[in-house]
Amino acid sequence: MSARPQPLIVGAGPAGIRAAQALAEVGLRPLVVDEAPSCGGQIYRQRLVPDERSSVALYGSEAAKAEGLHRDFAALTDRIDYWPQALLWSLREGKADIAVGGASRQVAYDGLILATGATDRTLPIPGWTLPGVFTLGGTQIALKAQGCAIGAKVVFIGSGPLLYLVAWQYMKAGVSVAAVLDTAPFSAKLNLLRGLVLEPAVVLRGMRMTAELKLKGVALRYGVSDVRIEGGERVEGIAWREGGGEMHLACDGAGYGLALRSETQLADLAGCRFRFDQRDRAWLPERDAAGRSSADGVYLAGDGASIAGADAAELSGERAALALLEDRGLPHRPERAAAIEHSLARVSRFRDVLEAAFPFPAHWAKDIADETLVCRCEEVSAGELRRAAADFSLSEVNRLKAVSRVGMGRCQGRMCGAAAAELLAAETGRAIDAVGRLRSQAPIKPIPLTLALGEIAREAAE
Amino acid sequence: MPLLHRIARKDHPAIAFTLDGAACEGREGDTLLTAILSQAEILRFSEFSASPRAGFCQMGACQDCWVVLEGGERLRACSTVLVAGMRIVTAKARAA
Repeated sequence: MSARPQPLIVGAGPAGIRAAQALAEVGLRPLVVDEAPSCGGQIYRQRLVPDERSSVALYGSEAAKAEGLHRDFAALTDRIDYWPQALLWSLREGKADIAVGGASRQVAYDGLILATGATDRTLPIPGWTLPGVFTLGGTQIALKAQGCAIGAKVVFIGSGPLLYLVAWQYMKAGVSVAAVLDTAPFSAKLNLLRGLVLEPAVVLRGMRMTAELKLKGVALRYGVSDVRIEGGERVEGIAWREGGGEMHLACDGAGYGLALRSETQLADLAGCRFRFDQRDRAWLPERDAAGRSSADGVYLAGDGASIAGADAAELSGERAALALLEDRGLPHRPERAAAIEHSLARVSRFRDVLEAAFPFPAHWAKDIADETLVCRCEEVSAGELRRAAADFSLSEVNRLKAVSRVGMGRCQGRMCGAAAAELLAAETGRAIDAVGRLRSQAPIKPIPLTLALGEIAREAAE
Repeated sequence: MPLLHRIARKDHPAIAFTLDGAACEGREGDTLLTAILSQAEILRFSEFSASPRAGFCQMGACQDCWVVLEGGERLRACSTVLVAGMRIVTAKARAA
């Protein structure tokens, strides 16, 4: 074999695991880099240490899938290189900068599979920075990975399947669920009937969870708006508007999320071309059905490429790896690839149904109160953004960032970038795809200054 | 009252640490975020308005849970495993 560098896979969730497996099967030895201490991604995240709960208690109906992924990845140990607790913080000129074990290492790669996953999508609401408010994903991690509830009386707010799933998991764990506040009207849920044909098991499971919540007396409210989290030093209650009436509830924890958003920073640094995706209402890296991006040798898989869920992530991870193999002239199982693409097309049709059933409340953006913080890091309010847009006649989100600091903080716009764009679009009367896309910058997450300096010093010495 | 309530892992071995100088106990398998918020309501105060924060995403994305050790080292609480003897400071920003 020639001394070609090894392929690099970023992320050890369902997509990254299946990609690694497919490459290892033909004798390639990928390097898998993942921020977590163990594999599984967020959905199949593992506890730091075992506890008294069974796999079924943790992962529910998906326990077999979780165990299968963890087992299959463990079986790859001798055939791959795996760096857990490693942050790939920059990509440049075909090399990756990876912070791992207190040092930064530069790694050359030949073939890059990005399986970077997703985080919760949000819009700013009053009180959303208060202690006791977590994203729905964070609320679920507290319970599953850490065995903790985020409160004794918890409210769940937002949109997306995770809203009902996490509320149900909390109820099952014996936590008092004060209410589930759905931003969509109940009529939106009728769209799920169309989904029965495509994914009957998934739809029926969702319906059963909703019915069980109702049976237990959990208040399920639909079409909520003007949601405000109340409290001085922590969450004390929640207020919202519903059907013209003003509602209020005491609670000490709140899980909030409006479905998911893809983590696309590395695709940006890798030079991938982006397009606006109307369904995800986000700028996403372009890819073909196999997962090839617009950049040579860069492949995209899982929720980091576009939101499709864990089952699709396993499939698209494997598919991207087969594309890499094909591009290298290695055995690449064309029949399997075709079958995967067929399944992914079906998932995509189901995603249309889910998006109709759990719509994103984009119309909230124009009503965000001036004093509400949009950027949690730099503490930039909606009013400051509106003034900046008006004072400087801004209509592009990177200009808005330069003027107002929105998205310039530690999270690099992960939590506020979409909201800032929505607000700018609403303020300037433009379509959401006409206000631009926040450019990604290295390091994509904070790294100790000592690491960065070490890297620069080494380069200078060369 | 603490922000987080333990449901599982209650009887795991204790891990001693200090929070703003006071002796505390976490459990084996805790992240710093869990260890702190199962005793307290706040992780940090924001840089500009000194408003209380206690994390948000718990998956290393939002960067809203950075805490400081007495030695000055900064750690992201949700993705750092609790180690015995850690001396964590949360109130510094407000006191300063």
